[in-house]
This record gives sequence, structure tokens and C-alpha cells, in this order.
Amino acid sequence: MAVSRRPFAPLRNLNAKVAAIPMIVTVLVVFIGCTVWTVVYSFTSSRSLPTLDFVGMDQYVRLFRTSRWIVSLQNLAIFGVLSLSISLVLGFVLAALMDQKIRFENTFRTIFLYPHALSFIVTGLVWQWILTPAYGVQKVVRDLGFETFNFPILTDGRFTIYAIVIAGLWQGTGLVMALMLAGLRGIDDEIWKAARVDGIPAWRTYLFIVIPMMRPVFITTLVIISAAIVKVYDLVVALSNGGPGISSEVPAKYVYDFMFSRGNLGQGLAASTIMLTTVLIILVPWAALEFRPEKRRGGGSK
Amino acid sequence: MSLNLPSSGPRGQRPKRLISPASIMIYSVLFVAAVYYLIPLYVMVMTSLKGMPEIRLGNIFSPPVEVTLQPWATAWNSACTGLYCEGIKVGFFNSMKILVPSVILSIIIASVNGYALSNWRFKGSELFFTILIFGAFIPYQVMLYPLVIITRELGIFGTLTGVIVIHTIFGMPILTLLFRNYFVSLPPELFKAARVDGAGFWRIFLQIMLPMSLPIFVVAVILQVTGIWNDFLFGVIFAGTKNFPMTVQLNNIVNSTQGVKEYNVNMAATILTGAVPLLVYFFSGKYFVRGIAAGAVKG
Repeated sequence: MAVSRRPFAPLRNLNAKVAAIPMIVTVLVVFIGCTVWTVVYSFTSSRSLPTLDFVGMDQYVRLFRTSRWIVSLQNLAIFGVLSLSISLVLGFVLAALMDQKIRFENTFRTIFLYPHALSFIVTGLVWQWILTPAYGVQKVVRDLGFETFNFPILTDGRFTIYAIVIAGLWQGTGLVMALMLAGLRGIDDEIWKAARVDGIPAWRTYLFIVIPMMRPVFITTLVIISAAIVKVYDLVVALSNGGPGISSEVPAKYVYDFMFSRGNLGQGLAASTIMLTTVLIILVPWAALEFRPEKRRGGGSK
Repeated sequence: MSLNLPSSGPRGQRPKRLISPASIMIYSVLFVAAVYYLIPLYVMVMTSLKGMPEIRLGNIFSPPVEVTLQPWATAWNSACTGLYCEGIKVGFFNSMKILVPSVILSIIIASVNGYALSNWRFKGSELFFTILIFGAFIPYQVMLYPLVIITRELGIFGTLTGVIVIHTIFGMPILTLLFRNYFVSLPPELFKAARVDGAGFWRIFLQIMLPMSLPIFVVAVILQVTGIWNDFLFGVIFAGTKNFPMTVQLNNIVNSTQGVKEYNVNMAATILTGAVPLLVYFFSGKYFVRGIAAGAVKG
């Protein structure tokens, strides 16, 4: 719908250009400028103030020799793999059940989605309370008569990251369910009729026809959740603050702490550059797939 | 708690039989899942209504024997953040002061921008838009420090203005996408007819586009209200200690290490912090879903 088809002149369509100034400034200064700044300064020896004293890969070498960073990466991997796989499976199953022309659909949807309206801080604090050994799940089960029951998920560092997974799933699965439900509603009824005429059982129709057809929905959901997972920060701050010890640290928290409380800018910048790289690894294949020149959106998966 | 949404029920015909093995299974799975989702809300409310002695003796799932509203009053008026004891209300008003201008500013800028990108494309506009959308995926941590420098140079670091500008910047990708996609979907004849009649950029926007796009504005407001209210990172960095939003205050109250932990007060403060987005959610239903689904809709 490009209206100004006439020859280009800088002053033509001036109003639109004025209206787009905030976007242009944001793109050039923030998204491009700030990102480049961070990448460039991650190769310097900056401590509490940025300096242009280039030291090559030193910051990165030190980063990968820091046990806290390694633990952060491991935690991110555990958190990422578990929350992605569980939320996709659970979200899809819930959506498929909701799609059976059930009663109270709105009530169920409201219940599954309300945690998504809450902040990660609220989510983290509630689960911290529920999982506190002295009062929460452990005590409740012990009171039921199982007196040796141990559930030290917040006090034993080996398990704390799983508490964060539980809380994250509670907050995010509803979103996956909503996206999947929208995808299921986009499947033509004829497909279902044809499958039924052929006598194919429902679960096989889902597995071999519907899910392949919903590939674009799955991929988009995957990209959205992955980008959110890499950023996970406030949930950890509220639920465990990275503890006990450094057992539930995550990369985003490493960046924040080294930049703003430890005055070790170079480390923070190097760590955030690694985060950016991780996102690019997820994003670039997706973008290449999604924005292939000849393919128009909505053309199905084939 | 009003869980009933005003919108219509499931589409299609009514279910034929409620009691068949398959439907019993479906409903029981959904019911179990619903219970799991509701437990944290239930525990929050129950804990906030108990006194501390009862919490120490009892079980987090049991309803209060003696209902007390004292924790709510304490949470609002006098809970301590580690620095001072003025309650979560300070954070509430700070969040309001951040929220209202951020929502208005970000929506004005993004709606005009989306309109320019759909009806008044210029050389390079699509390129900028593409980078904007990709920018939404860059982890905030990558841009934080340079933004601190920029806002400090502008003299707005650690102020309300600072955090409002930051929210406007980071709301721009999703909101612009939302508005652009909406304006593109309107019939082009409308725009052409107005052009023929000699209406310009702003007149078409104000007199033709705006009146037609109320629903998308509602979606944008919901998206921004919940998003900005729930923000922690930008508030803690850019707002300054005096203007810490409610999420930051809440975390300081609950996770402050000194003093005896008052779990009932903590839970009351937590509910109060979650109340604004929850109310928005319960009353907006469909629009909320549309807003979060907007992230999945590509242009």
C-alpha cells in the first residue's frame, strides 16, 4: 500500500518521517548503537568505568574460568531445556483438551492464564513461600504422617534450579496453551472430518496430521519462549537470589551484579555479549526459515 | 473472584453427552491442572489472613482459624524495606507515577509510528521496522550499560523521566507491530478516499484511523499496563531509589534479611503487588489474550 510511488524526494512524505523519528532513533542509537558499544567494550579492560584499553579475549577467558559463570550457564541450560520441553508438551495437551468443545472453557482458560498476568517477582515470592521447608510442602507432607519426608528444594543447592523451573512453568505454560489453542482453532474442520471418515483415531490425527500442520505455531512459540528464557532474571532474584551459595545463579544476574554492584564492567559486558550470541544462535536460523524470499506467511508448512 | 468472562462460551454445538469415559478423563485432567494453577493464589490469600502464631503452628494450606486483616494494613502502611518502614504503598504510588505516563507516551508514539509504517511508507521504513522487531529479541542486559551512560548524559538517570523513556523505548517493537498490523488490515479504500478528498497525514490519522481502532488501543493499554507494572529490571536501574516501583519494594520487603520474617505481611504485600495486573486481566479477558498473542503474529 505504498502511496508515494512518485520519484523520491527527501521532503516528500515528511510527516511520516517525523512520526517515525522515535523509531529511527531507537533503532540506530539503542538497538544498534548500544549493542555495538557493548560488544566493542567487552574486549577492553574496563573495571568500574569504561576505558578503550583493548585486551583481546581476556575478559572472555576469565569469564569461562569463573565457576559462577559456568554454574550460571549450566543452570540456564537446565532451566531452558526443562521449561521449553515441559511447557510445550503441557501447553499443547491442555490446549488439545480445551479444544474438545468442553463446557466452562472460559473458566479454565482464565485459570490457566492468570499467572501470566503476574510479575516474576510475585511468582518467585509465592513459590519461595510454598517451598520453604519449615512451613511449606515439606512440613505439610510431614504433618500427614510421613515424618522422614525430605523436600529440601530451596536449601540444598543441587535442587534449587528445579524450584525455579516449577515457578517458571506455573507462570508461563498458560501462554503456551493460549498460543497452541489459537493454532488448533486455525486448523480446518475438514481435516478432522476427513480423518474421522478414514477411521484414524484422534491421537494419531493429532500426532501425524495436526502437529505437523502447526509447525509454524510451534516454531514461533519456541522462539518467543527461548528469548524469554535467556533473559530470566527477576524470577531468580525473588525466588532464591541465586542461592544457596551460587547454586541457582543465571547469566542475566551475573551481568547485573558485575556491572552494577561489583564494578567489574568488562566481565558484565563480556557475559552480556555471550547472552546476545546465544539469542542470535536461536534467532538467525528461525529468521532465515521464516523470511525466505519466496515463502509467504500462512502458506502452511510445506 | 469473578472468573466468568463476559465473552461467549465455546464455539460449535453444545456437547452431546457430559458423562462418557472420554469426557470424564478430559474434565478430570483439566480439573487437576486448574487446582495446581490455583494453589499459589489460595496459599497467598490464606497466609495473608492468618496471624503469625497460627502460621508457625499450622499448615500453609489450611484456612485461617481466626481471620485477621492486620497483615494487610501492615503491608500497606508500615512494612519495612530494609531502609525505612512506610509499607508497600510507597511502591504503589511510584508504580502509578511510572505507569501512567509510560503507557500514554509509548502508545502515542507507537500508534503514529505504526500508522506511518502501514500507510505512508518511505524509503528505508521497512528496513527500520525489521531491525526494530529483531531488536525486541536482544537481551536487555546487552543494552543496559550504554543506556545508563546515555540517560546520565541527558540528566535523566535515576529519575521518573528516565524510567519512562526506557519503557517507551522497549515497548516500541511490540506496540508498533501491533498497530502496524492493525492499520494494514483496514480496507485501503478508506485511506484512498480520504487522500482524494485532500486530507493529510495527521487528519486521516485523527479523524479516520483513530475512531476505527479502539479495540487495538485497548489491547495496547492492557499489554503495557501489565508489562510496565510487572517490570523489575528497568525500575531498579533507571528509576532511582526514591522512585522504586512496587515490584522492587516488594522484593526488598520480603527478601530483606533483618528482623523476624512476617510471612503473613509478605503475602499480603505480594497480593497487593499482583492485584493491579490481575484485575486488568480478569476484566479484560479476550483482549489480554489478543495482546499476548500479538507477539506471535508476524507482520
